[in-house]
Amino acid sequence: MIPELGQFALILALAMAVIQGTLPIFGAQMGKTTWMNVARPAAFGQATFVTIALAVLTYAFVTQDFSVVYVAQNSNLLLPIPYRVSAVWGAHEGSLLLWVWILAVWTVAVALFSRSQPDGFIARVIGVMGWISVGFLLFTLLTSNPFLRHVPALPDGNDLNPLLQDPGLIIHPPMLYTGYVGFSVAFAFAIAALLEGRVDSRWVRWSRPWTNVAWAFLTIGIALGSWWAYYELGWGGWWFWDPVENASFMPWLAGTALIHSQAVTDKRGAFKSWTILLAISAFSLSLLGTFLVRSGVLTSVHAFASDPERGMFILGFLFVLCGGALLLYAIRAPGIATGGQFSTVSRETALLTNNLFMAGSAAMVLVGTLYPLIAEAAGWGKISVGPPYFGLMFFILMAPIILLMPYGPFTRWRSDNAGRLVRDSLPLLAVSVVAGVAPWIVWQDLSIRGVLGLAGGIWVMAMTIKYLLHVNRSAKSRWLGMPRLSRAALGMLLAHLGVGVFLIGVTMVETRGIEKDVAMKPGESFEANGYDFQFLGVNRVDGPNYQADQGVFSVSRGGDVIAELRPEKRGYSRGGQIMTEAAIDPGLTRDLYVSLGEPLDETGSWAVRVYFKPFIRWIWLGALMMMAGGMLAASDQRYFREAAAARKARAAAQGDGEPAAQGDEAPAAA
Amino acid sequence: MPESRLSTPLRAVLLAAGLLLSSQVLAIDPQDFESPAQEARYWALIEELRCLVCQNQNLADSDATLAKDLRDQVLEMMVAGQSNEQIKSFLADRYGDFVLYRPPVKPATWGLWFGPLVLVLIGGIALTFNLRRRRALPAQVLADPDQEELDRELAQLEAEREGKEQ
Amino acid sequence: MKLTLLLPLLAFVALGVLLKSGIGKDPTLVPSPLIAKPAPAFDLPLLADQEQRLTRDDLLGTRYLLNVWGSWCPACQVEHPYITELAEGGELPVYGLNWKDEAGEAKRWLDYFGNPYRANLYDPSGRTGIDFGVYGAPETFLIDADGTVLAKHVGPLDAQIFAETFAPLLTAEPES
Repeated sequence: MIPELGQFALILALAMAVIQGTLPIFGAQMGKTTWMNVARPAAFGQATFVTIALAVLTYAFVTQDFSVVYVAQNSNLLLPIPYRVSAVWGAHEGSLLLWVWILAVWTVAVALFSRSQPDGFIARVIGVMGWISVGFLLFTLLTSNPFLRHVPALPDGNDLNPLLQDPGLIIHPPMLYTGYVGFSVAFAFAIAALLEGRVDSRWVRWSRPWTNVAWAFLTIGIALGSWWAYYELGWGGWWFWDPVENASFMPWLAGTALIHSQAVTDKRGAFKSWTILLAISAFSLSLLGTFLVRSGVLTSVHAFASDPERGMFILGFLFVLCGGALLLYAIRAPGIATGGQFSTVSRETALLTNNLFMAGSAAMVLVGTLYPLIAEAAGWGKISVGPPYFGLMFFILMAPIILLMPYGPFTRWRSDNAGRLVRDSLPLLAVSVVAGVAPWIVWQDLSIRGVLGLAGGIWVMAMTIKYLLHVNRSAKSRWLGMPRLSRAALGMLLAHLGVGVFLIGVTMVETRGIEKDVAMKPGESFEANGYDFQFLGVNRVDGPNYQADQGVFSVSRGGDVIAELRPEKRGYSRGGQIMTEAAIDPGLTRDLYVSLGEPLDETGSWAVRVYFKPFIRWIWLGALMMMAGGMLAASDQRYFREAAAARKARAAAQGDGEPAAQGDEAPAAA
Repeated sequence: MPESRLSTPLRAVLLAAGLLLSSQVLAIDPQDFESPAQEARYWALIEELRCLVCQNQNLADSDATLAKDLRDQVLEMMVAGQSNEQIKSFLADRYGDFVLYRPPVKPATWGLWFGPLVLVLIGGIALTFNLRRRRALPAQVLADPDQEELDRELAQLEAEREGKEQ
Repeated sequence: MKLTLLLPLLAFVALGVLLKSGIGKDPTLVPSPLIAKPAPAFDLPLLADQEQRLTRDDLLGTRYLLNVWGSWCPACQVEHPYITELAEGGELPVYGLNWKDEAGEAKRWLDYFGNPYRANLYDPSGRTGIDFGVYGAPETFLIDADGTVLAKHVGPLDAQIFAETFAPLLTAEPES
C-alpha cells in the first residue's frame, strides 16, 4: 500500500508542476496578478508531494520491502542501514527521483528568497522551473517508475553494487545533482528575462548568487566523484576523461564562464546576450549529461542501464526545452542593448577572454566526447577519444587562462594600461619561471608540462596573494588586520588561489608520481621515493556482507614505521562481485597507496601495486577552495542589501499604510 | 577464465538490474623489465591503449585476460625492438583504431583535433571585432563601479559603528 | 532576425540529430578492420589430434565459417544448437577456433554438446585470436574461398543474425 502512495504523490506532484508551469506564465504575459500568485503555492505543493514520494521510497529501502522491484534490485537483507538509504539513488529510477526532488527544493528556495523581485518576473522564473519539473516527473512516471511492484515479494534483494557501498557515494550524487539542477535557476532567470522582453542587467544581478551556489555544489560534487574513484577503484587515478566525467565537466566549464560573464553584465551592462546564451548552455549541458549517462549512446565506466526508450524521452525533452530556449533567444536577442563602452585593455576584456577559453574548453570536451558518435554516423569507423587527447587539448586551452587569470583582479574596469600591468607583474613572473625551472634542474627529468604546471601554479598563487597585500595597503578599512574586502572579492580570490593549489597538485601527481606493479612474498620490501613498503602477509577477514583477503604492509621511512596499510580484495556474498579495496596513508604532501592483487604462485608471492602520489590531496583541496570561494561570493552582503532595498521600495510603492516590508531582517542601512 | 560476451538473456537481466558497471577489478601484473626506461615506455604505451573487454579501462588497469595477453604482446614486441608506432599499428590492424585512446591525426579526425581550436580562433576574432566596436562607443559618464561600491560599503560601516556607539 | 543568432539553435539541432543516431545501438560493439582483407595467416594444431596442423592456405578454395569458442564460455553454449544446425545444413563448412582453452576441457565439452565442426584449431595461447582481432567469444567470421574475410559477428549467432549479416554475402558466387 505504502509504495502506491509514493506513486500517487508523484502524480499529484506532476499535476502541481503543470499548474506551476502554465498559470503563472500566462498570468505574467497577460498581467493577471491572481494567476501569477499561483506560482509560489504550486511550487510548494509540488515540492511537498515529491518529498513524500522520496520519503516513501526511502522507507521501502529501510524496511526492506522487496515487493518493490527497485528495492529488490538494489538492496538485500545484509545491507547496512546507511547504504540502504544511499541505495535510494544507487540506480537509475531512484537517482532520477532525487534529481526531481532537488529541483523542487531549488524552486522552493527561489520562491522563498525572491520577495524583492517583481511578481511578473518571478512568476515566469518559477513557471519555467515548473516546465523542467513536468519533464522530469513525466520521465519518471512513464519510463522509470521506482515504485513498480513485484508480486509476490522476493525473499531477498539482489544487492547494491559494491562499488557504491561507500561513504563517498552517499554524498557524491546529491552534491552533483544540486549543482546540475542549480543551473536551472540561471536558465529560468534568462528565459524569464527573454519572455518579458526586457533584458536588462538586473536579472543577471539577481541570478549571480544562485549561479555561484550551483557552481560551488557542482565543483564539490565533481571533486567528491574524483576522490571516490581514486580511493575506491584502486587504480590510483583521479580523472579518466570518461564520458560520464565529461558529462559533469562540460556544465562546470560553461558555468565557470557564466560566473565570469555575469560579472561583466552585472557591473557594466555589457554582453547581456552572451550571458543569456551561456545561462542557457550551462543548463542544457547539464541535461545533455543526463542524456549521455542514461541513454546508453556511449560506453562509460558507470553509465546507467541503457534503454533506448529513456534515451528518446530525454532527447525529446532536451529538444523542446533547449530548442525552445534557443529559438526564443534568436527571436528576442536583437532587442538587447549593447551596453557600456570599454577599452581593449580592461577588466571586461580580461573576463571575456576567460570566457573565450572556458567556452572553448567546454566545446572541446563536447567534441571529444561525441566524436566517436560522429565518426560512426559518418561511416569513418569506430574510434576512441581518451585521456591523451583531452589532456593535451585541455592543456593548450587552459595555458592562456592560467597566464592571464592573475591579471584579472589587478585590471581596472573600462580601461587600463597594459604596460603598467605587465611591469608590475614582472618580479613575480620571474619568481614563477624560477619555480618551474629550478625543479627541472634538480630532478633532471621533469617534462615541459611539469615545468609549465609548477610555474603556472606558483604564478597564480603568488599573484593572488600579492593582490590581497596590495589591497591591504590601499584599503582604508580593516578587519583583524585584513583588508575589508567584500565577500564577493574574497570569494573570487579564494577560488583563484584554489586554481593554483589544484594546478600544483595535478602537476606533481602527473609528473612525479610513482606507480609500480611488484610481486612480493611475505617479509619482502619495496622502496618508493624513500618509503619502504614491507609486506607482512595476508589475512582472511569477514565483513558484514563480504569476505576479503587482507594484505598487511608496514611502511617505514629511515627506519621509523609511519603507517600500516591493509588493502583488501573483497568478494561480496550476494552478487559474487570481486572488489579491489585500496589502502591509503594520506598526507598533505604525499599519499602512500597500496592495492592487493592475486596470489601469483604456490610460493606465497602476491601481485601488489604500490603508488607514491605526491601532492594529490592538493587537487581536492584546490577544488574545496573553489567551492568555498563560490559560496562566499554568493553570500556577499550586496545581494542582501539590494534585495532589502528593493523590498522596501516595493512595499513603499504598494504600501498604503502597510508596514514597511514585513520580515525585513536584512542588515539594511539605517 | 577468459571473459565471454554475455548471452542476451543474461545481459537483459543485468541491464534490468540498473547500473551495469563493468568489472572494476584492478589488474596488477608484475613484469620483468630490462631497464627503468623500458618500464616507463611500457607503462606509457599500455596506458594509451584501450581494453576491448572492459571498454573503459586501459590495458594497464584492465583485469581481463585479453588485456593480459595484449600487455604481454606489447612487451614482447618492445623486447624485439619494435617502435611504439609499430606496436600501435599492429594492434590497430587487428582491432581497429578503437584500441587507440589517442586517435591518429587523419582527415577523419581533423574535426576532432583542429575543430575546437578553430572554434576558439573564430571566437577570438569575433571578440576582437566586438571590442574594437565597443572602444569606439561614446564614453559614458559613469563613476568607477568598484569605487562606488567601496564608498557605499564604507558609508554603511560608519553608520553601523555610530549605531553601536549610541 | 540576425542569422548569427540562429547559429546556436542550428548547432543544437545538429547535435540532436547526432544523438538520435546513437540511440539504440550497442556502443560496445567494435567492427573488425579485417573485413574485405585477407584473413590473417594461421598455422595451428588440431584440437582432436595435436600432431596434425591446419593452415590458412590449406583452406583456400573453400568458403567457410570460422567460429571462435571456448568451453569456459557460457554464451557459446547458447549458440551451439544453431551452429550445429548450420553445420548439418552442409552448405557452409564450419571450422572452430578453440580459443584460450585447455584441450581436455574442450574435448569434454564437444563430447557433451556434440561436435559440429569440420575441424577445430587449437589456440591455447590466444595468439591467433589476437591476429583475428577476437575480443570475446563467441565470434564468427565468414571467410571466402580466396581467403578474404567477408564478415564478422560478435556474440551468439542465431538464424536472424545469420540472415542479416552473412546470408546476403553468400549469394555472390565464390571466386575460385
